[in-house]
Amino acid sequence: MTSADPANPWLSWDYVQNNWGDISDALVQHVSLTVQAVLIAFVIALPLAVLAHGRPRLAGPVLGLAGVLYTIPSLALFAILAPFTGIGRTTVLIGLVAYAMLVLVRNILVGLQGVDAEIRDAARGLGYGRTRMLLTVELPNALPSIVVGLRLATVTTVALVTIGVVVGFGGLGQLMFRGFNSNYRAEIMTATLLCLAIALVADLLLAVAGRLATPWTRAQGRS
Amino acid sequence: MTDNIVAQAFVWLNDPLNWSGPDGIPIRTTEHLIMSAVAVLLAAVIALPIGIWLGHRGRGGAATVAMANTSRALPTLALLVIFASTAIGFGDRPTVLAAAIFAVPPILTNTYAGLLEVDRDVRESARGMGMSGQRSLALVEIPLAAPLIGAGLRTATIQVIATIPLAGLVGGGGLGPIIITGLATRRFGEVLAGGALVAGLCLVAEGVLAAGQRLLTPRPMRSTRRRGRGGAVVGTARARSRPVGS
Repeated sequence: MTSADPANPWLSWDYVQNNWGDISDALVQHVSLTVQAVLIAFVIALPLAVLAHGRPRLAGPVLGLAGVLYTIPSLALFAILAPFTGIGRTTVLIGLVAYAMLVLVRNILVGLQGVDAEIRDAARGLGYGRTRMLLTVELPNALPSIVVGLRLATVTTVALVTIGVVVGFGGLGQLMFRGFNSNYRAEIMTATLLCLAIALVADLLLAVAGRLATPWTRAQGRS
Repeated sequence: MTDNIVAQAFVWLNDPLNWSGPDGIPIRTTEHLIMSAVAVLLAAVIALPIGIWLGHRGRGGAATVAMANTSRALPTLALLVIFASTAIGFGDRPTVLAAAIFAVPPILTNTYAGLLEVDRDVRESARGMGMSGQRSLALVEIPLAAPLIGAGLRTATIQVIATIPLAGLVGGGGLGPIIITGLATRRFGEVLAGGALVAGLCLVAEGVLAAGQRLLTPRPMRSTRRRGRGGAVVGTARARSRPVGS
């Protein structure tokens, strides 16, 4: 099939050059949706996780609810939101925030719960209060797990943005779907590769930021 | 306005016409489940043997992790439209294939982890009792890895059921087209009803599988698993590789 119509290649630099305006628009939309969604999700998830950590009784239900919500397909979520929030950016953003938040709450909570009990005891013995312990002992110790959560949430959000195509705001998904409808392979492949590139770059940046933020993990090696 | 949409959704769901005929909800749901079953089977046929082999030999961990991570970054939509633009064609086939490919990582990583985690002493006892490698694999290692393998299959199944609605975008069947058609024709009551149906199906499937897994796990293993894995590893015990349907 592919060789039968050489006029429709999967990769075409001409396409990229001639449509750079379109591509960069989609790229900007994709990146801005991702960044905004992860930031908002983090701002909501952090206090939620801290709250659930402070009251262990809440931890089970919070994680359980997160798991149940996570089971709802993105397409269905967008479909349920669209009638109320309209066709457009808001609907996609709410959906993205919801999924990213679930990943983040889980990882932050796991990180906080994983803090060594002896470290906590030592801090308490030094006279640390609750807030001080949280800010100077528990959160820094949970940082590796929080960074993992952020990386996971970011990478999945990058992929998830494309489903926004059903409400007309799918970033690069918009190009993929249009390429499919007009049988323009170069458009599909370019958008796919750019999606992968965004995810890779974002993941690397967060990984480096995480390493810089936790110098102590490097000093003792992985133990 | 929004009340209106909810009312429309109820009207649509209560319309007997939507529950009968070839486009009725029961037929669409059955279609949805059949497509899902085919996708999970395809994925299992590929992932189980590879996962068992790699886990048994204790190698390839880095490769499985790398594959799971890459697959997380690749949008399902991308693979779907790429497949639909090739000789595979429109409709159900590209959707089932794409769903199957994304179901491989959860099954593979869980199977691999399950076999890798089998106690070395247990494995050596099996050898000491005169079992061959294959016999130990079949009678000792796989049964001990079964809970994790089951968890992987469960994650994969839910993920597939949630991915299949994307078929609506490439002219396939199942419950997805209700949402896509509704959006295209701006009948939001129908969109809401379709969304509720898909979400409901996933939640029911998750509940059924969770109950099934519990029933299939021998009683003593239930409690130890809980105690052994609770707390710190809450998030990793059943690693979900991606949000469903992304």
